[in-house]
Amino acid sequence: MMKKLVINSAWCKGCGICAAFCPKGALEVVKEKVRRKEGTDCILCGQCELRCPDYAIYVDETKEDGNA
Amino acid sequence: MAGVNMTGVSPKTAQVSDLIWKYMRPENMPHIWCPGCGHGIIMREVAQAVENLGIDRDKLMIVSGIGCSSRAAGYMDANTLHTTHGRAIAFATGIKIANPELEVIVLTGDGDASAIGGNHLIHACRRNIGLTVVVMNNSIYGMTGGQYSPTTPTGEFGTTAPYGNIDRDFDVAQLAIGAGATYAAKGSVYHVPQTVKLIENGIKHKGFSIIDVADVCPTYYGRKNKKGSAVNMMQYQKDNMVPADKAKTMTEEELKGKIVVGLLKETEYPEYTEEYQKIIDRFVKGAK
Repeated sequence: MMKKLVINSAWCKGCGICAAFCPKGALEVVKEKVRRKEGTDCILCGQCELRCPDYAIYVDETKEDGNA
Repeated sequence: MAGVNMTGVSPKTAQVSDLIWKYMRPENMPHIWCPGCGHGIIMREVAQAVENLGIDRDKLMIVSGIGCSSRAAGYMDANTLHTTHGRAIAFATGIKIANPELEVIVLTGDGDASAIGGNHLIHACRRNIGLTVVVMNNSIYGMTGGQYSPTTPTGEFGTTAPYGNIDRDFDVAQLAIGAGATYAAKGSVYHVPQTVKLIENGIKHKGFSIIDVADVCPTYYGRKNKKGSAVNMMQYQKDNMVPADKAKTMTEEELKGKIVVGLLKETEYPEYTEEYQKIIDRFVKGAK
């Protein structure tokens, strides 16, 4: 099982909730879109996914054969 | 997608999580709610609760009224009905009586539930009909421009309360308890896992259940009352949360401005559609 953080910028409205409540400070909002902050660690806890009102950020779990 | 294959889930064609792909209609997204509006979080909480319970989407019915919150019926992928203002519970009552096997969930706003639809709310509570009502309570009428609602706290501002609201505010969950609801809980948009669990238990509960979820409206309520951004409003919920058990020991004065999260009431009482079925059975037997 592979986990990765996915950001769907097309749906992001830049409210900043995910970045504010990220326990590792691993997100930042630039020009009303969220992105991963350089030099920080994402621990794939999924706190951002829980509170994103726009479903624009989530932890994707992909099986090893590459299929969802 | 909707109508094609309700029980199965088709392969993803949009960049979304499995949960959202299964329970929402991605072709209608991004939704129209403002940046930072908590409605999307509550809609996800409902989807997560349904997923945790493993309810078949063919047996899931989402009913909503009018208002920002009530757009939810258009975004969720199940049997959905978007009804007239305040009448979501009335329509839902009809659906439940005709189809008692359905899990009927009403998604409504604070104004829709307690002002325009206040009458329907108290009578559904009184009958103890098996509906689950999730109130997206942002304390203001968002869609029409920020008028104060029955849940706007006394002294707060709205476009129709420029000098401060002199009305006393409703506590929707307590109102429901007073009207006879057999399950009442309070959640929030910050305390997501707890709220998911409360919604889950509300759906499982036999009889009428209501979950009053403290929402954030940064666009109208936030601006009118200088509450800051959506982040500030979520932080406020985090800092001012009181568990329901502790809230029972606190005075009204101490609870002012606090966000109560937890179960307020859970009791048993005969469910309405079951009682109704008993009458049908009696006459069917009598006719033979």
